[in-house]
Amino acid sequence: MSEAEEITVNVEFSGGMERLMKDQASSIQAKLPEPATIRDLIIHVRDNVVEDKKELFSKNDTVCPGILVIINGSDWEVEDSEDTVLSNKDTVLFISTLHGG
Amino acid sequence: MPRQCEICNNARAILRRPKTGQRICNECFFYVFETEIHNTIVDNKLFKPGDRVGIGASGGKDSTVLAYVMKTLNNRYNYGLDLYLLSVDEGISGYRDDSLETVKRNKEQYGLPLLIVSYEQLYGWSMDSIVEAVGRKNNCTFCGVFRRQALDRGALMLDLDHIVTGHNADDVAETILMNLFRGDLPRLGRCTEIVTAGDGYIGRSKPFKYAYEKEIVMYAYLKHLDYFSTECTYSPNAYRGYAREFLKDLEFVRPSAILDIIHSGEAMQVASDVQLPTLAHCERCGYISSNALCKACILLEGLERGVPKLGIAKSARHAQELLANESAMKSAGKAVEPVHFELLRGKAQAMREQRQMKEQQQECHDCTATSCAFACDDDATGLCSSSKETRRCACADSNAETNAAAS
Repeated sequence: MSEAEEITVNVEFSGGMERLMKDQASSIQAKLPEPATIRDLIIHVRDNVVEDKKELFSKNDTVCPGILVIINGSDWEVEDSEDTVLSNKDTVLFISTLHGG
Repeated sequence: MPRQCEICNNARAILRRPKTGQRICNECFFYVFETEIHNTIVDNKLFKPGDRVGIGASGGKDSTVLAYVMKTLNNRYNYGLDLYLLSVDEGISGYRDDSLETVKRNKEQYGLPLLIVSYEQLYGWSMDSIVEAVGRKNNCTFCGVFRRQALDRGALMLDLDHIVTGHNADDVAETILMNLFRGDLPRLGRCTEIVTAGDGYIGRSKPFKYAYEKEIVMYAYLKHLDYFSTECTYSPNAYRGYAREFLKDLEFVRPSAILDIIHSGEAMQVASDVQLPTLAHCERCGYISSNALCKACILLEGLERGVPKLGIAKSARHAQELLANESAMKSAGKAVEPVHFELLRGKAQAMREQRQMKEQQQECHDCTATSCAFACDDDATGLCSSSKETRRCACADSNAETNAAAS
């Protein structure tokens, strides 16, 4: 695959989400073939980055309800949620809304 | 193509409100979120000027945002409240100790005084030692019962008028579902109320009752608030977990579901033939209770006698059997006699009287005396009587010196 066909996305995890990831990473870089949507990124993270308990991150090829997705500082629901198209160097943040305190 | 804010039509939208579906910008979001909390506070008359209000602070997202918003609104709308952070240390290492570090930072960041009360100090048993004794199955019962009372005890230590907690709309909807599924009618009736009576003296309220969890998390994110996010290391409440997942699935399909459930819960009335327990006071510690002994005292008794199931037993007879079987041997002797609530109330009352007295007095211009001697300042010089005396002497001295020089 040539470079032109691939995009790099900065992915961040917070609010407890990072504890589900390999090495409890709070940020990673994901390379995705172009064109890529948020749904493609979620599947990539689920299959390659989530350590175990994948069902706590994703179901039905999207994130579990209650996980906020922020693309370049704004709520994905402002755009087209799963179908939002990603560009090279975008930053996507997943925030878990854990219960309790 | 970035979408414009549907409120100001001026800036880039960064959030879709679950309540309304509106896409709005940063500034408009802060404004509507804060204003809705303000409206909840005003419409429900949660406070009056001069109230001493404790913010139940765990270091988690909800209470961190609550502390920030309460401070902001108190300044913006001149509520005239004295705000305090009140935290409970259950004694769960690797969880609460870390989250309390966040609360200590919040104390500095928001400039609010902080009181931490611990299970160890109040009851002699930390959650870590309780789990050691009872295992991981029923420990949440202990924690819940002890926490509720601990907040009331802390509130009396600070002589608070009111406690606010960070329970949000999602929490309330979840609790309504749980109580409905369990057939717990007394709780179903109570859980929708925005103000509850606490120990009967100190009111508790939930200013976030109509605030969506999503908006609270977005607020914390956009304001860069410092909060702690780890789940409790002991077994989570499975039943609540199911209710929560169910609710989140509903919200996904129909975002208004959360407010709809709250509205349904508020509209439900417990039929008059359902018997609600009458409330009295615990014989041992004076806490509000529907039995001779409150739940916390029974749980403590069970811990002390080495029959931790005592308070979890379904019936009074079962409890008697448990006590008989174990021949009521005294165990570790960890428990401290919890301070009687009447004593706490007495102390709170004394603190209040002292404050009121201080308010009536003013400080002397010369010294920091606030004694009642100053109340006799009939010539309105703003001096206490001893300072007046000192001035008079100094004056007499200087007169004497002048006279001496003249002669």
